[in-house]
Amino acid sequence: MSLLSVRDLTVKFAMRSQTVTALHQISFDLARGERLGIVGESGAGKSITGFALMKLLSAPGYIDSGTIQFDGTDITQAPEAQMRQIRGNRIAMVFQDPMVTLNPVLTIGQQMVETLRAHRKLSRRDAQEIALTKLREVQIAAPELRLKQYPHELSGGMRQRIIIAMALLLDPDLIIADEPTTALDVTIQADIMELLLKLCQANKVGLILITHDLGVVSQLTERTLVMYAGRIVEAGKTREIINDPQHPYTQGLINALPQQTLPGQMLKQIPGAMPVLTDIPPGCPFSPRCAFALAECRRLLPQIMQQGSSEVACHEVNRLHSDLLLEEGR
Amino acid sequence: MSNLLITPPPSRWARFWASPLGDSLRGNPVALVALLVFSVIVVLALLAPVIAPFDPYDPTQIDIMNSDLPPFWIPGAEPQFVLGSDDQGRDMWSAILYGTRLSLMIGLAAVALQATLGIAIGLAAGYLGGRVDSLLMRLADIQLSFSTLMLAIVVLAVTHAMWGAAVFDRYAVVAVIAVIGLAEWPQYARTLRATVLAERQKEYVDSARVLGFGPLRIMLRHILPNAMSPIFVISTVQVGNAIIAEASLSFLGLGLPASQPSLGALIASGFDYIFAGSWWITALPGGVLVVLVLVINLLGDWLRDALNPRLYKV
Repeated sequence: MSLLSVRDLTVKFAMRSQTVTALHQISFDLARGERLGIVGESGAGKSITGFALMKLLSAPGYIDSGTIQFDGTDITQAPEAQMRQIRGNRIAMVFQDPMVTLNPVLTIGQQMVETLRAHRKLSRRDAQEIALTKLREVQIAAPELRLKQYPHELSGGMRQRIIIAMALLLDPDLIIADEPTTALDVTIQADIMELLLKLCQANKVGLILITHDLGVVSQLTERTLVMYAGRIVEAGKTREIINDPQHPYTQGLINALPQQTLPGQMLKQIPGAMPVLTDIPPGCPFSPRCAFALAECRRLLPQIMQQGSSEVACHEVNRLHSDLLLEEGR
Repeated sequence: MSNLLITPPPSRWARFWASPLGDSLRGNPVALVALLVFSVIVVLALLAPVIAPFDPYDPTQIDIMNSDLPPFWIPGAEPQFVLGSDDQGRDMWSAILYGTRLSLMIGLAAVALQATLGIAIGLAAGYLGGRVDSLLMRLADIQLSFSTLMLAIVVLAVTHAMWGAAVFDRYAVVAVIAVIGLAEWPQYARTLRATVLAERQKEYVDSARVLGFGPLRIMLRHILPNAMSPIFVISTVQVGNAIIAEASLSFLGLGLPASQPSLGALIASGFDYIFAGSWWITALPGGVLVVLVLVINLLGDWLRDALNPRLYKV
């Protein structure tokens, strides 16, 4: 059985005048120890997915329908007291900006010990010992010294290492990392990603990596979800998605990578911008920006279907595949 | 890895002196003098039972024959009564020492009460938001629309009448603290709510929630320490205000009785004799009150500048 099984998860935001849907019937599974990437532009609903899994959507957002089975518990139905046991303990989260995720007035040691003692009956000394072990695991220099330091005394890379150590403190089953390296310098990004990968493999921890960086996803994850305007548009093995993207949006994302452009040339960006949630076009939400859009794309919402090794939600891909099948049949 | 540092850890005072706060104090002679004067007043007030030559609470030490003696620099003074004596023969120096102690105590206790109430309400309003927030903030608005003095006069006058003067005098200190404490909580609640609203947006709060902490722990251990600097600033100013409020109430005869003189009660007791020539009974405690409140406010001003990150001076 999979560790996490999300079915038809719909998240809405009750605004003053209307209710907008931020996630449309998202479904995916995650096996124990599996690493999943969620990619998409800003506003695609990646972070909201992460928060919904923790049941920490802040008002006016709420889970409208669907289920989130985590190790046999339906998170959408779990009472707050049970959720507090799951958060931190079973599912940990790593945020984007390490400069602001640590509490500025508490030392690293205080924060780590507090986290441990909130979930487990431990003496202060034992908790400190575990904290130290975890700090060694994230390969931070002089871990004993770090326990006594305040966040402002540390660099961004060090802080992100500490945040990862804190996420690992209680040996969770799943870590949700929401753009964990966006705020860091490129050279440190690679270090942190490598560390995250190594730790997840060593501890058999599942990872949901939320990012807009396809390069990072390709290095770290086994499967990928591509999201657009609150929907999954393509899902499958990371290697397949990177090497053979089906959905025009995924293709656009890959073509937009700077590596795809020769020096001196313009970057190949996807024209236009993600529609705002209050104004989603009819039919396929990507159709106004899509080079292959057909008449039916502007009328009819494509359903996600198995196409080859991936699942894709696109009329054009469906058409190409059925043509291919017809040819083979002939 | 061994620790090669052999120098002993610096004392608390040395650490404070070396901290940015201590640094800003060194560069601010006004604040330094204010701190010095305030410390002297506090030490003298605390040591009142040791250094005061008389006990103003003890009627057997008061002799009516010694009444209305002038302070030492005016002819006719008695060497026993350095700052003269009041209309009942009480030694002014002793009375001022005890009175300052009482005024400071009432000021601090009233502010502690205000702060406790205001912090609890402000935290709850800011963190929980929604209806709780609206309800608590409307209560604060209502509370603020009464002036402190008006509320205090009404409450104290009613309790005075209800309990009778004898019982009231016994509980006067508690009653005054309660009234001043209850009347000014919105100052804290409003400021703290605003700070909490800003802090709540920060990611360390999300990260605390993600770690599975309950709301009470997040409010008290994570948000409150980050919202402390405005509280320090308000507290200093409010101590000054509370001392003034107590003095005003005592002056109006609604605060402390003449048998337990605070600075305000001393000023009031001498007021009738100003034109009879015994000006010192009012002027001396009045001067002490002005100096005390002035230095507290100067310290508050300095603290506001020193703790405001937007006013960093290079």
